[in-house]
Amino acid sequence: MTDDPLRDLLIRHLGRIAPDISLDDVDTGADLREEYDIDSMDFMTLITALGKELSLPMPEADYDQMRSFDDLLAYLHRQSSTQAKPT
Amino acid sequence: MSTFLMPSLGADMEDGTLVEQLVNPGDAVTRGDIIAAVETQKGVIEIEVFEDGFLDKWLVPLGTKVPVGMPIAMIRASQDPDEPAVPQPADPAPAPPPPEAPQPEDPVAPPTMPEEPPAAPEQPAEPPQELSQPIRQRVSPAARRRAAQTGFDLASLGTGRIISLADVPDATDKPDTEPLSAMRQAISAAMTRAKREIPHYYLSDTIDLTLAEAFIGNYNADKPPDARLALSVLYIRAVALAARKYPDFNGHFENDQFSPADAVHLGMAINLRGGGLVAPALHDADKGDLATLMTRLRDLVTRVRQGRFRARELSDPTITLTSLGDRGVAGITGVIFPPQVAIVGIGTPGLRPAVVDDKVQPRRLAQITLAADHRVSDGHQGAKFLRTIIKHMQTPEQL
Repeated sequence: MTDDPLRDLLIRHLGRIAPDISLDDVDTGADLREEYDIDSMDFMTLITALGKELSLPMPEADYDQMRSFDDLLAYLHRQSSTQAKPT
Repeated sequence: MSTFLMPSLGADMEDGTLVEQLVNPGDAVTRGDIIAAVETQKGVIEIEVFEDGFLDKWLVPLGTKVPVGMPIAMIRASQDPDEPAVPQPADPAPAPPPPEAPQPEDPVAPPTMPEEPPAAPEQPAEPPQELSQPIRQRVSPAARRRAAQTGFDLASLGTGRIISLADVPDATDKPDTEPLSAMRQAISAAMTRAKREIPHYYLSDTIDLTLAEAFIGNYNADKPPDARLALSVLYIRAVALAARKYPDFNGHFENDQFSPADAVHLGMAINLRGGGLVAPALHDADKGDLATLMTRLRDLVTRVRQGRFRARELSDPTITLTSLGDRGVAGITGVIFPPQVAIVGIGTPGLRPAVVDDKVQPRRLAQITLAADHRVSDGHQGAKFLRTIIKHMQTPEQL
């Protein structure tokens, strides 16, 4: 656990999809899907879960901003702060 | 009263272990209800009941390894509540094979055939014999394990005494070889059979996915994540429609003859984390709207990755699709999964130059390959089938 709940949330959902990959083994600046070996269906599952939990639309047009772990986390921070967020 | 049998979940399955009984004796069951879970080489598979009635009793305890075709439960029809709980001669269910000779239900795989490759040592020594032989052979667990590892035939030691580790010879020829995992054995058995029995021929072409990707992008733009489509759902529908039009690529080849299927149950090759692959069916993949098909695809992939799918999903596919997704390589030439007669492979799409309207343009292109069974069709029909898939992908809004 860290003091960043969004980071914990992202790690938790990635852990569900790729339980065999630990964040310690991942280059958080590199392509998320390569690093976690997840395919497009897994990625949809991840985006769906994050969108539901944070009440974010996660539009497909923004996928380019979700390429790496760091990108995706930064995206979640940006979107959550602009969005009035019911949990 | 009828018996509920251990189903065959594919040509390569010989037995399964009953791991869950989801219905209690006396409970009502309806055709299609999942009443048990069976562990096989491919993971835990949920088993459906095929009639309405009541579960009378379980015939084998949890944890029992049961050969394909052996009874595992008694089902009482709604109208005969007072019948005794024994198998009746006029059993409406398919007759179980005689217990002395448990056979896979798949008639193309008679047990006399060396269905397993030499590297699959477990089958010959496993407990199907235990259930079926009148006198149970008593074997210590260590002896059984060594026999399974070395491929030693325990039956050759007879049933007169307890077999201990010392009775089973060491593997002296291949001491460092690890036995294949169950998943690799299952894949090996099916693919060895395919390469041995099926005279494959191969055709390939290029699909222009520019329109299909634009269609998906437009469709998904205003949808929440769980209502979005994946490109693979268009592949599935295009292949299913072509398979419906060209029945020589959709069906099963068994007992020296081809039976075209009257529905398209598309086997979707799904890779598993940690290795292995299964290709369970999306039933009636040619029917319903794309959103529904997508929901079913998501559900199937999720369950498969959790190691849980239904018996019919493994035995029903009539044709297979394997797609490399968007992180793969340019092309894939599949191996047909028997008793099917065709597999369509689609490589990873890439932005490549193509000539459109007399001009070279960047287009999103992918390789598409057909491997089909020469006993059933020829390249001429194969080309028409493949072209039909490609054509459907140019009109995604009509899929």
